[in-house]
Order: sequence, then structure tokens, then C-alpha cells
Amino acid sequence: MQKTLVLGVIGADVHAVGNQILNYAFTDAGFRVVNLGVMVSQEEFIEAAIESAADAIIVSSLYGHGELDCQGLREKCDEAGLNGILLYVGGNIVVGKQPFEEVKQRFLAMGFDRVFGPGTPPEAGIAALREDLAGR
Amino acid sequence: MRAILLIDFGSTFTKLTAVDLDTPRVLGGAQAFTTAGSDISIGLAKALERLDQSTGPLEFDARLACSSAAGGLNMVASGLVPGLTSKAARMAAFGAGAKVIKTYAYKLTEDDILEINRVQPDILLLCGGIDGGNSEVILHNAARVAGAAGDFPVLVAGNRNAQEECAALLADSGHPVYTAPNVMPEMNTLNIEPAAEVIRQIFLKRIILAKGLNRAERLLDGIMMPTPAAVLKAMRLLSQGTKKTAGLGDLIGVDLGGATTDIYSISRGEPSNPAAILRGLPEPLAKRTVEGDLGMRYNARGILDAVGAEALAGMSGLTEEEILRYVVRCAEDPSLLPGNERETRADLALAAAAVATALARHAGTLERVYTPMGPMYEQRGKDLTQVKQVLVTGGALVYSALLETIMGLALSRQDTMTLTPREARLMVDRHYILSAMGLLSDWEPEAALNLMKDIFGREEAYAAV
Repeated sequence: MQKTLVLGVIGADVHAVGNQILNYAFTDAGFRVVNLGVMVSQEEFIEAAIESAADAIIVSSLYGHGELDCQGLREKCDEAGLNGILLYVGGNIVVGKQPFEEVKQRFLAMGFDRVFGPGTPPEAGIAALREDLAGR
Repeated sequence: MRAILLIDFGSTFTKLTAVDLDTPRVLGGAQAFTTAGSDISIGLAKALERLDQSTGPLEFDARLACSSAAGGLNMVASGLVPGLTSKAARMAAFGAGAKVIKTYAYKLTEDDILEINRVQPDILLLCGGIDGGNSEVILHNAARVAGAAGDFPVLVAGNRNAQEECAALLADSGHPVYTAPNVMPEMNTLNIEPAAEVIRQIFLKRIILAKGLNRAERLLDGIMMPTPAAVLKAMRLLSQGTKKTAGLGDLIGVDLGGATTDIYSISRGEPSNPAAILRGLPEPLAKRTVEGDLGMRYNARGILDAVGAEALAGMSGLTEEEILRYVVRCAEDPSLLPGNERETRADLALAAAAVATALARHAGTLERVYTPMGPMYEQRGKDLTQVKQVLVTGGALVYSALLETIMGLALSRQDTMTLTPREARLMVDRHYILSAMGLLSDWEPEAALNLMKDIFGREEAYAAV
């Protein structure tokens, strides 16, 4: 069965190009993509995931404020009944140049299932989704 | 001459407008008290008699009617997420000319069903989930509604993958089931027209009968739609025009009544601020909202609750105590007319506050967000700041000598982040022809448009704020 993803750029971030590329790549890979575009709030991700019965929420961030924007998303998903929904985050998600392994650990601790650093090709995300959604 | 009779069965008055389609011109109008309590055709016959006296005997090619008699069309809307399918369901019901007495989100509870049992809507609209999305909640709600008392029809317009199962759950419930395409087939995509059309069909088939309005049918060719749906049609035609004749462009309609305040907007409402980004559910070009808590008499209390006694006192020059006393009297005696200058000013403040609040709720809002690229704005709903024409209808405003003052106050008493019109030219529906023109617009749109442009284009119909 076709899997549904909610896709968007979180917070006050207006970087639209990467969002369009991901939309194209995930759709081309056979996923049903509910693309919310840029400047998406946590609440919008959650509401879209409820209405669309989504299997995963894919959060992008490029402007460095991702860490602030993403805090509490997992807790809100739990509160909204989206128990165990896959949460991915990727992009330039923290301020400045920090070791990616540390960044990854911080986002995993926030409740994200996968964390992707700058320059990750869409294929990596697609492969991870196929693996994580295989048993669901 | 091709004469056509247009009838509006209102809650108080049955209003007739006779139109000659050939010229086209209004031949005359007449009204009489609506007799929905006994036999609605009595009031109609009386009004016809009066029309006959003023125009002389006429042979009508057709008789078309709309109705808001016997309480109008009352609906309950149910969806999944409040800002998404619940809101879409609500907009569909408003667009069909209904008053939405209650909107639910998420799973209906046993208490919700008890409440629905109490209010007994004319139609319940069941939505939830985009196509292929969540079906659990709408199925739960269909099963719950199947257990609700009464025989009100249920219109299912949710996730297409759950439609059949919902209909099956409701099949033996005593509630007739209708279906329409999903009001929100994809995320943030509205599709409310098909559901609104089915609501109109149900209204024609069942509600007219249930309210005893069919007794008038031997006198006419049928009641075509609820009155607000006719007004919305007329406004849309006047704004958009036809293929042959241009319309007036973006406009807003205001209908202030004793019990509710209706606002109509015909405008895309796209951001006029270049730093604004549109967020949330897009809204229909022709949008109608009804504020069930704002009315000059039955809901004067609601106006007070919305703006506070201090604001009403400030606008009227009365004391807060005087305002409170007046509001109580309005509720006790809905037929109350202002008896002196102070009461006239109390009504002025109530009217201005009701229109200001209803406009603010109808229009979109801006919110400032700070980004690394500088301050930006998020716009939700329609930007109506650039709309320069407001069409006023409904007795409470049309016959007010203070109309310009009321509308001036209503337009100026707005927050800068609320996207209501800033200044406008007022057009006044003095002869109460809007609903008649909405009925005519299905029949002969060209004639209806030319008549409206003619009547609202006259100098006497204007007032600037």
C-alpha cells in the first residue's frame, strides 16, 4: 500500500528549492506526499498528518534555527494521537558548524527517528523510509 | 413584456418583486407578514393582492421563491481537525445558505450526540479526512450519528475511501443518507461547491416539506433555495459579471439582522502586503459567514459580550449602565424600536459593534514573524483591505438614518492586523432586491446583472465612508 508523507520546511524558514526537490524525489519514489511548503508550524505538520493518516513527517530546515523550531514536536505528536509516527529531520539544522554526530544525538534525544546532515542526497532519505516503513 | 415573479419567504415578511425580463426593469414590489405558523400561502396571497394593486394585473411566465421562513436552514457540521476539515465543512454549509448551529471536530462523544438530539438540525454534514487519509474518525462518527434521535438527513462528504462504509453504517438508522465529494480532497484544497449543491437538493426535497412550506407550491414553480444562498449568488454575479457584461469587481456584503449578522465577500483576498505569506486553508472566492451570536435584538447580549460595555458606551455616549439596561430590554422585546435619541444612539453602537466584529471574524489576519531575512507576515484567510465596495442589505441597516455613521465606525474600529476593508463606497439595497436577483440569476443572468448594475449604480444608492 502507498505510504503517505507530510513534508515541509519548519519555522520561519522560506527556503523553497530543497522542498521542491524533496517533493519531486519522494513522489517519484512512489510515496504520497502531502507537501506543506515553507514556513510550516509544528501544529500544521501535526494537523496534516492527522487528516492524511500519514506514516511519516519529514521536516526540513536550512536557516540554522531548526533546533529551536523542532523542540517538542514528538511530544505534541504523542498528545495528538500520532503514536509512533516516523519523524525525520534534515538540512542545515543547527547554528554554525558543529560536529554532525553531536547534532544527530541531540535530535534523536528530541524524538526524531532519523537525522540527516547538510548535503544528504534525497536517495538516502528514500532508502531510510523504505527500511523503516517495511514492517508497518 | 415577459413578467416573472420573485418571492422571498422571510422569517417576518413575505417579499415579492415583479420583473419584466424584456426591458429589463422592476415592475413593482409588495410584502405581507409571513404566515409560516399556519399556512404560508395565506401571507403569499395577501402580498400578491398588494402587488396586483400597485402594478395592475400581470401574467407571470414563472414564479420563483427562496425561503428563510420557519427558522431557515439549520445545520450541524462535523469534521476531523478544527482548522481543516471541520472548517471546510462549516464553509460548505455557509455557502449553501445554512446557519451552522454547531461545529464538531475529532470523535463525537455521547454528550455530543445528546446535544445533537436536542438541537435536531435540518441537515447534519459529516466530513473528515482527506481522500485516502484518516477514515477512523469519520467511521466512528457515522456510527455515533446512526444512533442519534430524529430523522434529520445526513450528508457524508469526507474521505472518499470511507464514504461507502459511512453510508452503510447510517443505512438503517432512520436518517436518510446523502453523499457528496470530499469537502477537502487534498491537504489545503477546498471543494465545497458539490456538497453545497447537495445541501440545496436536500433543502428542496425535504426541508420545504418538513416545514410546511410546500403549501405555497401550488402558487409557484417551487422554492429554489435558502435565501442566503440566493443573496450569495446575486453578489457573485454582481461582482464577477457574465461573459458578455463586466461585473463591479471585488465586493463585500453586510446583512445585519435581529438574530444574526451575515457577511459575504466576493474576492480572492490574496495578500496585498508583499512581505505576507499565505498560510492555512484557502478560502472560497464567494465566502459567506454567519455570526449566530451577533444580532440587534435576540443577540444584543452577544454583541455586548463580544466588545464589552465600555466600547458600546464610548461609541454611543451613553453610560455603561444605560447600555446594559438597553441590552436587557432588547432581549425581552425583540420588536423594540428606539423611542428617543439616547436609544437611537444605543442602537447605533450595537449595530457598529456587530458589523465590526462580524467583519473582523470574516476577514483574514496578519501575524508578524521574524526571520533571518527580516520581518515577514503570515496571512491567514482573506485580505480584504483593498476591497472598496460594500453592499448593505437587511432591515436593521438599510432603513437606518445613521447608516453612514454606523458603517464608518465599523470600518474604522479595526486592528491593523485584521484584514477588513479600510474605506469603501456603500451601496444600499433599499428596495430589497438582492435575493430576488439571486433567484433570477439562475434563470436570466444577463437581466439580473443589468438590473443590479442599474439599481446599485444610481446615485441614491451610494454613500461614502
